[in-house]
Amino acid sequence: MNVHDTLFWFFSIAMLLCGLGVIASRNPVNSAMFLVLLFFFMAGLFVLLEAFFLAAIQILVYAGAVMVLFLFVIMLLDIKASERRKFHALAVLGGFGVAGAFAWELRIILSKPVPPLATSGEFHGGLKDVVAPLFANYMLPFEVTALLLLVAIIGVVLLSKRDLK
Amino acid sequence: MIALNHYLWVSGLLFALGIAGVIARRNALVIYMALEMNLNAANLALVAFSKYNKIVDGQVFVFFIIAIAAAEVAVGLAIIVALFRRKQTVNVDELTTMRL
Repeated sequence: MNVHDTLFWFFSIAMLLCGLGVIASRNPVNSAMFLVLLFFFMAGLFVLLEAFFLAAIQILVYAGAVMVLFLFVIMLLDIKASERRKFHALAVLGGFGVAGAFAWELRIILSKPVPPLATSGEFHGGLKDVVAPLFANYMLPFEVTALLLLVAIIGVVLLSKRDLK
Repeated sequence: MIALNHYLWVSGLLFALGIAGVIARRNALVIYMALEMNLNAANLALVAFSKYNKIVDGQVFVFFIIAIAAAEVAVGLAIIVALFRRKQTVNVDELTTMRL
């Protein structure tokens, strides 16, 4: 077993355990902390897949910006009353039933190796490789994403006004 | 040797955990976190396909998904805050205004 394989097993098992921690913790703050760890392990998997730019973005945007927003809202809303509430037995059963059915389906689909496409490109997921298509083939989606972010900003400002008129 | 299937397994299992979280939990914030896990599972599958098929497009899609997920989280959390201000709860069982 070489270094790549060992790291793969470490990152994936740790990541799935963190995922379990996110959905099993009673306290939302613990869930958020598990989610931050999950994002770090996911960034590790991205590095193994040679997606270096995305690994950096994963940590900067997800573990940095998004999770700070989550923690900020959790702290802002004082939700001590709801954390002691019991889990809904039927909902838990349903949730893990659906997840189990999904995993079963996955076992059938992935029983054979997925055939690779007949391509012969070569790239390493550095900044230049990933960003160059944004200004060529993906120009329009890139601009639309910028517009979407603007709409999101305006929407958030409107939503957080105290009296919507 | 780690093949594409290994990565797809991890991605699928993470997605299954996300689904379980969305259905089983009652706290709107934790449901949002489980949704983020689902998005990340899809990202992992796209990056793995991109690596093993040697096409950069998968990573460009992931770039867009991350940008849109950030916008979605901002709007979603603003909705949760507005909801909390009005109802004093984030438990989805108690948000029954739209129930017939």
